[in-house]
Amino acid sequence: MKLTTQEQDMLDGKHGDAVREALAYQLEIGRFWDAERFVPISNAHMMGDIEVMGDAGLAFLERACAQQARCSVPITTNARCFDFAHAESMGQDMTEAVKERKIIRLMRDMNVVTTDTCINYQTVYQPHLGEHIAWGDTGTVIYANSVFGARTNFEGGPSALAAAMTGRTPEYGFHLARHRRGTISVRVDARLEDVADWGAIGKIVGERHQNYFAVPVFHGLQRAPVADELKHLGCALASYGSMAMFHMVGVTPEAPSLEAAFAGQTPVDEMVITDADLEHVYRSYKRGDGSANLVVFSGPQLSLFEMKELSEMFADRKVHPGTQVYVTTAASVKASAEQLGYLAPLETAGVTVLEGVCFYILQNLSQMRMANGWTNMISNSAKIVNIIGAHRFNTLLRRTADCVDIACTGDLGGGTS
Amino acid sequence: MNNSVSACLDSLSVQRAYGPVVEGEALISEEGFSPRYDLDRWSGVITKPGHKLEGVSIRDRICFFPTAKGGIAAGWAFYDIKHKSIAPRAFIFGVTNPVMVQGAVFAGIAITEGWSKLPAEVVQNGDWVRVDPGRKVIEVLRRASPPEADGGPA
Repeated sequence: MKLTTQEQDMLDGKHGDAVREALAYQLEIGRFWDAERFVPISNAHMMGDIEVMGDAGLAFLERACAQQARCSVPITTNARCFDFAHAESMGQDMTEAVKERKIIRLMRDMNVVTTDTCINYQTVYQPHLGEHIAWGDTGTVIYANSVFGARTNFEGGPSALAAAMTGRTPEYGFHLARHRRGTISVRVDARLEDVADWGAIGKIVGERHQNYFAVPVFHGLQRAPVADELKHLGCALASYGSMAMFHMVGVTPEAPSLEAAFAGQTPVDEMVITDADLEHVYRSYKRGDGSANLVVFSGPQLSLFEMKELSEMFADRKVHPGTQVYVTTAASVKASAEQLGYLAPLETAGVTVLEGVCFYILQNLSQMRMANGWTNMISNSAKIVNIIGAHRFNTLLRRTADCVDIACTGDLGGGTS
Repeated sequence: MNNSVSACLDSLSVQRAYGPVVEGEALISEEGFSPRYDLDRWSGVITKPGHKLEGVSIRDRICFFPTAKGGIAAGWAFYDIKHKSIAPRAFIFGVTNPVMVQGAVFAGIAITEGWSKLPAEVVQNGDWVRVDPGRKVIEVLRRASPPEADGGPA
């Protein structure tokens, strides 16, 4: 890779050991992908919690702090694994909670803004067309590339942190125009009435094309989606297909037309998605032992509008005895929801609203599953029903209203299928 | 680790590679992989119900996966499982994503992407293989059992 004078200085240790190590690490990544140079970034977003980092990751952060590591561009944190207000009652390990608090403190010492949200693109920062950034998790990346036209690859925790310390990232993948052209044509001939329907589309396309560099182009939609629908579509594409970008003709900024979206590239596949395909998705889930004692609205965290909608759906209803319902959102959204009166109907109904976390990354989740006798997990998020597998849940995707009905009746039969 | 290039029985070349030269027992998966979606990160066993390798440990193996699933978690998770001594010795991907690479580099685990022929044509589960990222080649050094022993169709 070609280095600027400043980058060579970093590599030579003139900016300290932490920056030297960060750039050397980025250099190896760049070499793997045949990057020719680094590109400056203006914003970073990182995952970093004890559940995924473990003791080794915590020790790494302690060492970085001891080396005076400090981020030079704004960086925020993704959802973490503890909502401390609920940790004990949920049966989480309080020894690990102490470590989580330590991680938060270390990150703040490194100039990291601990927002603890996976919807930073809805709540914190909206990059502009062509802006180079270094984001993770995957849902944030695909939204940034697709909806904002910003440029980022999937950046794991250590690499996003390194990018924020050096102020740059290797220029490969979706930083380059040649990888942003559409590769798959997807004509949508279906009524899409719920965020779960948009997630189901992501599942259909993502499962068929598990390829980071696949870029689906959606067209023929009966109406333009709103932000939460794009969020669920993107999260599902990234989850099932490991995809980092999509186009939607007439909606996303790099797709004013079908021709512009493909930019001369011939699609490798042409898909058509119908109502029947969506119904097939809902019917495809196994009912397991038939239990309906866990309903989750999470992964991604809920926006204020989703909180409002859910609040209205749970108003004057009660969660079925024995069933537990969890909602996760950003602290800022929860505070606004409380102020606006959306929180009280949820809590009165028996819903637990967690802040700063996502359900699937909760510390001790496998043990919580066993302790609570959870086998089935019902959600309106196509992403979370896919991603939670290692914890051995049987998962079912259902539309939002069906999830609410299941939560209030304790009857799985109340859902779509 | 292995400076001498001992005779190999078969080999395949890879497109991209990082990491030290390593040897180990091959584990071939028909399904993609994510440490978040599929792996119990406390035991090293693939636990996702229905995964083609459900119940199998990836510890110290040379893991062949056609695709990468997800996921940002690998960035930290590979470092974590390496320090828990349950990491594989190498990840051999058909198609990977940046986070798998970022995670492997961070943890010092060998990783490759792209293969010149399908691994199943060259390697079987249990074969002893060497991964040489510098030469971008994967070599079969020892068979788990004679190739003709299973009597399966060609």
